[in-house]
Amino acid sequence: MKLSTRHLLGIKDLQPQDIRLILDTAKQFKEVLQRPIKKVPSLRDVTIVNLFFENSTRTRISFELAEKRLSADTINFTTSSSSVAKGETMLDTVNNILSMKVDMVVMRHSASGAPHFLAKHIPAAIVNAGDGINEHPTQALLDALSIEEATGGLEGKKIAIIGDIMHSRVALSNIYLLTKMGAEVTVAGPPTLIPVYLKEALGINVTYNVREALQWCDVANVLRIQLERQNQPLFSSLREYNQAYGITRKMLDSIGKKITIMHPGPINRGVELDSDVADGSDSIILQQVENGVAVRMAVLYLLAGRES
Amino acid sequence: MKTILSEQQIALTIQRLAHQVLENHLDLENTVIIGLQPRGIYVSDKIVAQLQKNLPGKQVQYGLLDITFYRDDVRRSLHVPNETSINFSIEDKKVILIDDVLYTGRTIRAALDALLDFGRPAKVELCVLIDRRFSRQLPIQPDYVGKVIDALITEKVKVLWKERDELTEVIITK
Repeated sequence: MKLSTRHLLGIKDLQPQDIRLILDTAKQFKEVLQRPIKKVPSLRDVTIVNLFFENSTRTRISFELAEKRLSADTINFTTSSSSVAKGETMLDTVNNILSMKVDMVVMRHSASGAPHFLAKHIPAAIVNAGDGINEHPTQALLDALSIEEATGGLEGKKIAIIGDIMHSRVALSNIYLLTKMGAEVTVAGPPTLIPVYLKEALGINVTYNVREALQWCDVANVLRIQLERQNQPLFSSLREYNQAYGITRKMLDSIGKKITIMHPGPINRGVELDSDVADGSDSIILQQVENGVAVRMAVLYLLAGRES
Repeated sequence: MKTILSEQQIALTIQRLAHQVLENHLDLENTVIIGLQPRGIYVSDKIVAQLQKNLPGKQVQYGLLDITFYRDDVRRSLHVPNETSINFSIEDKKVILIDDVLYTGRTIRAALDALLDFGRPAKVELCVLIDRRFSRQLPIQPDYVGKVIDALITEKVKVLWKERDELTEVIITK
């Protein structure tokens, strides 16, 4: 069995059996991460470049760790310290790096579609580590693994995605993945942060009432308010956002049922999520981070295996 | 297709292998058993059951090891991993690796690599149901052998188990 794709550009291009294969492989890598020596030699002849055209802490570290745990050779690249600052084009940058015999590229870019562009022009396998407001496939995969661990499966589960849906590549990848795997999805948040076409285009429920979404769901995936992507304010103030759409302990207690809380990080504490919820017993935020390494190991392993 | 071992012969062979293990390890005080995924575990399950029968009241330490991530042909073809579960330390223990067929030796080479990531065993021994002794590509030899088969490279030796293949027997096919 192998993946039906050569690159991981987005969840949109994956078949349900690809998702299943990645999640099952990730579970075996989780076991590897529990061993005294948390490293396997699978990719010791593979060179991977991490191209981060946009800032990132946890995704970059998580990919880097995954690569090292698989014994791959890695090169890190950030725009601020590169010739991109001198005006070099992305394709030139990548071609130069590939001339040094690189097998895979992990790429983050602020422009949606940037990894798709690269995949058309270079022979290496490409892993999208987040492109603009389009997709963040490995985040959706690690979210799915975390949901499976917390609730026992994806099929039939009710997942609410709450917050800044419009600017979130995590939301879009999650929606694709969860609907493909038979879960029900509701998005909730301020009307200004939820695209109007979402319901018709993707067949999901939309509500502007966070309490209603919480009452309905088994799992709440709470997203960060991405102020850096907002050219003009789409809500009045963070304080008002918190009052209308933030998730508090009091609100959860009044609903009175177990809701698993997720967040892709970094958290704006006191805005979308209060600290006592983020750090509470139903929160699996740190498990998500842990699962991130295993899922990325699985993706890199499965894509490297296709080379001949 | 030719049958090399029948179900009854396999049962007797497994009994013998278990006794040979006990000859060298007596009460298994400092010894652990590791079955190799995916097919070696059918033999190891049965050997462990037999050992358990011979050592009533004692818990035989038994783990499963998958070597997919240690294969040397990852770039040639993709293999889907199986479960690994070793819930005890192998540090300074005597380890008995169990597999169904010893062929090129590459699986055992990978298993030794994998094993060392769990700790530093005092000794590692190898127990196999079938040894295709003339097909080795690496210098690896078993300590306990069910049956030696001198098959041609073009022939295939398969160990079938009721649990997954309807009947239990060892066959050789062209």
